[in-house]
Amino acid sequence: MEQVYDLYKKLEEKNVLLSFKGMVTSELLTTILAIMESKMEHLDENPKVKKKVFNILVECLQNLYHHIDQDDIVHVRNEERSALLMIAKGPINYEITTGNYMKSEDVQDLESKINLVNGMDKDELKAYYKQVLSEGKMSAKGTAGLGMIDIARKSGQPLEYEFNPVNDRTTFFSLGVKIAE
Amino acid sequence: MENLKLDGSAKTPTVNFDGSNGVLELKGRSIPENSIEFYKPLNDWIDKYATDPKPQTIVDVKLEYFNTSSSKCILDLFKQLEKLNSGNTEVKVNWYFEEDDEDMEEAGEDYQAIIDLPFNMIEVEEI
Repeated sequence: MEQVYDLYKKLEEKNVLLSFKGMVTSELLTTILAIMESKMEHLDENPKVKKKVFNILVECLQNLYHHIDQDDIVHVRNEERSALLMIAKGPINYEITTGNYMKSEDVQDLESKINLVNGMDKDELKAYYKQVLSEGKMSAKGTAGLGMIDIARKSGQPLEYEFNPVNDRTTFFSLGVKIAE
Repeated sequence: MENLKLDGSAKTPTVNFDGSNGVLELKGRSIPENSIEFYKPLNDWIDKYATDPKPQTIVDVKLEYFNTSSSKCILDLFKQLEKLNSGNTEVKVNWYFEEDDEDMEEAGEDYQAIIDLPFNMIEVEEI
């Protein structure tokens, strides 16, 4: 049972406000957003910061949700449908961390997308967002390809990420977003 | 024509499209996972309204939050109204944002840059 205390201490060290590991459903997103709103209310958080954290959290959660909501879900093992979410409030930053399995064949596309937005300044991100918004097409599941651009634009800091190959087919993707207070 | 009235929820805005005075209001938060489903009836209503619009159409956008899925649907809504504007109604957009909410103010400016409609940016204390 001592692992329980170890896990607790690790979360405490990282100032984790909320963490979740499991299947991501629409109802879960609603609940997590409501919990975070009331937590920030309770912390008497600055309205500007509250809005930024909420907005970025919505996009991060919906990335997880849409990733899992795939047509080929039947071929995916149960544990690969689950995802990780952590929200921490450090001394200078809020930090949202997500982790999920993805198809290894999609890694290159995602990595170049993140590198592209990480290399842009505020004005470039604004222009790129407008370009994708006005030219881009919407997918059937309602994604507009704007999530990462919006997260980078609102956080104002480079996105941190890592890809851990699990096997030939599957890779674990971790994303870290910092939101300055 | 019948008005379109929808109550807001945790993830969808309050909708009040009034055909009798030409005031179309969207208020609250728009963060559904898939916005297409939610916005379809709004597009359909505007199509119907377009057949016999009021001389002036006012669009009041009072959003506290919207996600990127909604941003595309909101753009499509504006595009629909842009077409309407060249017909027999004059369309004006009032874009509301809360004090210090630079992100929402910028979002309004983004639409203003893409869409050929007069935008009125209105700063309020609380939406």
